[in-house]
Amino acid sequence: MKLKHSNSNQRKQPSGEHLLDVRNLSVSFDLIEGTIPAIFRLDLVLDQGEILGVVGESGCGKSVMAKSIMRIIPQPPGRINSGEIFFESRELLGLRESEMRDIRGKEISMIFQEPTNSLNPAFTIGDQIAEVFRFHHRLSKGQAWSKAVEELHRVEIPDAEKRMRSYPHQLSGGMRQRAMIAMALACQPKMLIADEPTTALDVTIQAQILELISQLKRNIGMAVILITHNLGVVAAMAHRVMIMYAGRVLEEGPVENIFYHNHHPYTRGLLQSVPRLDQAHRELREIKGIVPQLNDLPGGCAFSNRCDLVMDICHKREPELKPIGPRHFSRCWLEYEPQRNG
Amino acid sequence: MEQNLLVVQDLEKYFYIGRSFLFAKGHIIHAVDGVSFAVKKGQVFGLVGESGCGKTSAGRAILRLIEPTAGQVFFNGQEVTSATTKELKLLRRRMQFVFQDPYSSLDPRMSIYRTLREPLSNFFTHLSRRKIRDLVAEYLVRVGLEPDYMNRYPHEFSGGQRQRIALARALITEPELIICDEPFSALDVSIQAQVINLLKKLQRDFNLSLVLISHDLAVVEYLCDPIAVMYLGRIVEISPKATLYEKPLHPYTEALLSAVLVPDPYVEKDRYRALLSGDVPSLVGIPSGCGFHPRCPLAINACRKQRPQLVEVTPGRLVACIVRGASVEKQSAKYKD
Repeated sequence: MKLKHSNSNQRKQPSGEHLLDVRNLSVSFDLIEGTIPAIFRLDLVLDQGEILGVVGESGCGKSVMAKSIMRIIPQPPGRINSGEIFFESRELLGLRESEMRDIRGKEISMIFQEPTNSLNPAFTIGDQIAEVFRFHHRLSKGQAWSKAVEELHRVEIPDAEKRMRSYPHQLSGGMRQRAMIAMALACQPKMLIADEPTTALDVTIQAQILELISQLKRNIGMAVILITHNLGVVAAMAHRVMIMYAGRVLEEGPVENIFYHNHHPYTRGLLQSVPRLDQAHRELREIKGIVPQLNDLPGGCAFSNRCDLVMDICHKREPELKPIGPRHFSRCWLEYEPQRNG
Repeated sequence: MEQNLLVVQDLEKYFYIGRSFLFAKGHIIHAVDGVSFAVKKGQVFGLVGESGCGKTSAGRAILRLIEPTAGQVFFNGQEVTSATTKELKLLRRRMQFVFQDPYSSLDPRMSIYRTLREPLSNFFTHLSRRKIRDLVAEYLVRVGLEPDYMNRYPHEFSGGQRQRIALARALITEPELIICDEPFSALDVSIQAQVINLLKKLQRDFNLSLVLISHDLAVVEYLCDPIAVMYLGRIVEISPKATLYEKPLHPYTEALLSAVLVPDPYVEKDRYRALLSGDVPSLVGIPSGCGFHPRCPLAINACRKQRPQLVEVTPGRLVACIVRGASVEKQSAKYKD
């Protein structure tokens, strides 16, 4: 069975249907070395209550994408060249900064990889969480404080009242990440962007934090964009997965499709290059070459110089992200044959 | 019985903090608190644990990159811990170290040629210039790089390539043992697989013994056998690879294994996860008795008072747990009767 690829506009649905609808987003950075295209024509949709896993290696643009949605890209050197970001039918890129500030932390929140760097070392945890309530809900100091204690209880920090008066450096990495989550979820946002939330943490703490995020997600019903390079985290958490490479989406689809019926050689390469605890005797297949510099991409398909299945056309023209199944897209010239990798 | 290449006995490394004045009472950090293990020739020994468990300090203390507080290390029967500076220099040729971060472990002002020449001129005084150049080229090829890369500088290379250079630098003195401290953790997923496979190949080609220090259980499982698990400066379990992953004895190993996520959605959905509560305690105030008891689901009263010793329950399988150690001993005694 071969699917027709002619209708590449299939995903362009009217806005308002999705919680988040990013269209044709291109972001670049003007540096001394030249202009670096960090994201190139990216489309993304996210529905209510959905967890979207975004996977990619360093420099693939996954963090830039997150920061663009939050509008915290420093400009200059950053530059948003094209695109629209609809959040509940509102276009975020056109909003005034004061309007955006009302959305940030209240409707869209973000947690970062390194909680040490994203908490203010000069204020106590309590002050920083209470500030969210004071700013967004205009609560009094006392009210905000008691709400903040509740939040700390919710993220299961023991001795919440005492911990409110702790400074970030007095907490362990896992506790700091909990405090960050408490702050991000204080206003019960509709969407959470988690940028490598567990990368800096140990596995036992990672398991706790992921459990906490999915529990809170169920209670609040928010949507999550989970950015990670860890395929295990994606397998355990995500409903849908987006594979990024060199600022582009190479493949996108439901988590089962990405893991069992993937199409793009890069996706397959990634899955085969991670050692698995349950398959120790399997040989590791490596992806040849190195992660390319963004200002020095090969012509045609960005992955063409590392791909095992490369064809002539791959060097000449870049493929479109085309549908190959229900909600499943791939940016590759290869014909789609279902069950090719069973 | 094969000979042990490296024997570590009751190795201890304490750090003193906050003792700036002569009489000020500081804290003692028990980074490595009585670690013993042995590595046979040609073995790849895995040392896993979470951050702060003392695995890096242990690795460094073995090579005396930091001076151990107490304990003994034997390399091929010779005591490393009591070796004089001269003897140590000779030993260092045979025991090399590869560091975690390939960005800070290579001197940015030294060309790759100079980086690789330094260990050669350190340990082999009689080599001609031509011979050195040939050797540098040969080892660059062995780690999968081009010979003419020797004229370049570290900043021209990516993380994976730098780690290859670091490996070449360690291999060029023809060591018998290399201690690798998290050699893959700074690398991207697709590059990590390249370096893992390279290390595996080099280990086979040179019949090297490796001590691989890592926090990544999947990587350790892929490369190492046997494997030791560390917690709070102590080894809690040493086991051949197969038994460790199939039937871990120590409750901490169990929790650690169940916390690792498998990149497979169906497997993940069906998995039971033994979540550990609480954080890793700080090394300043290690709990009394068994260091794991505040987080342990099996803890009994004795665990709070008595420090469990690492005991061999079956050949090659050691565990430091009062509850599990005893029950396994009983079981194996039953089978003997």
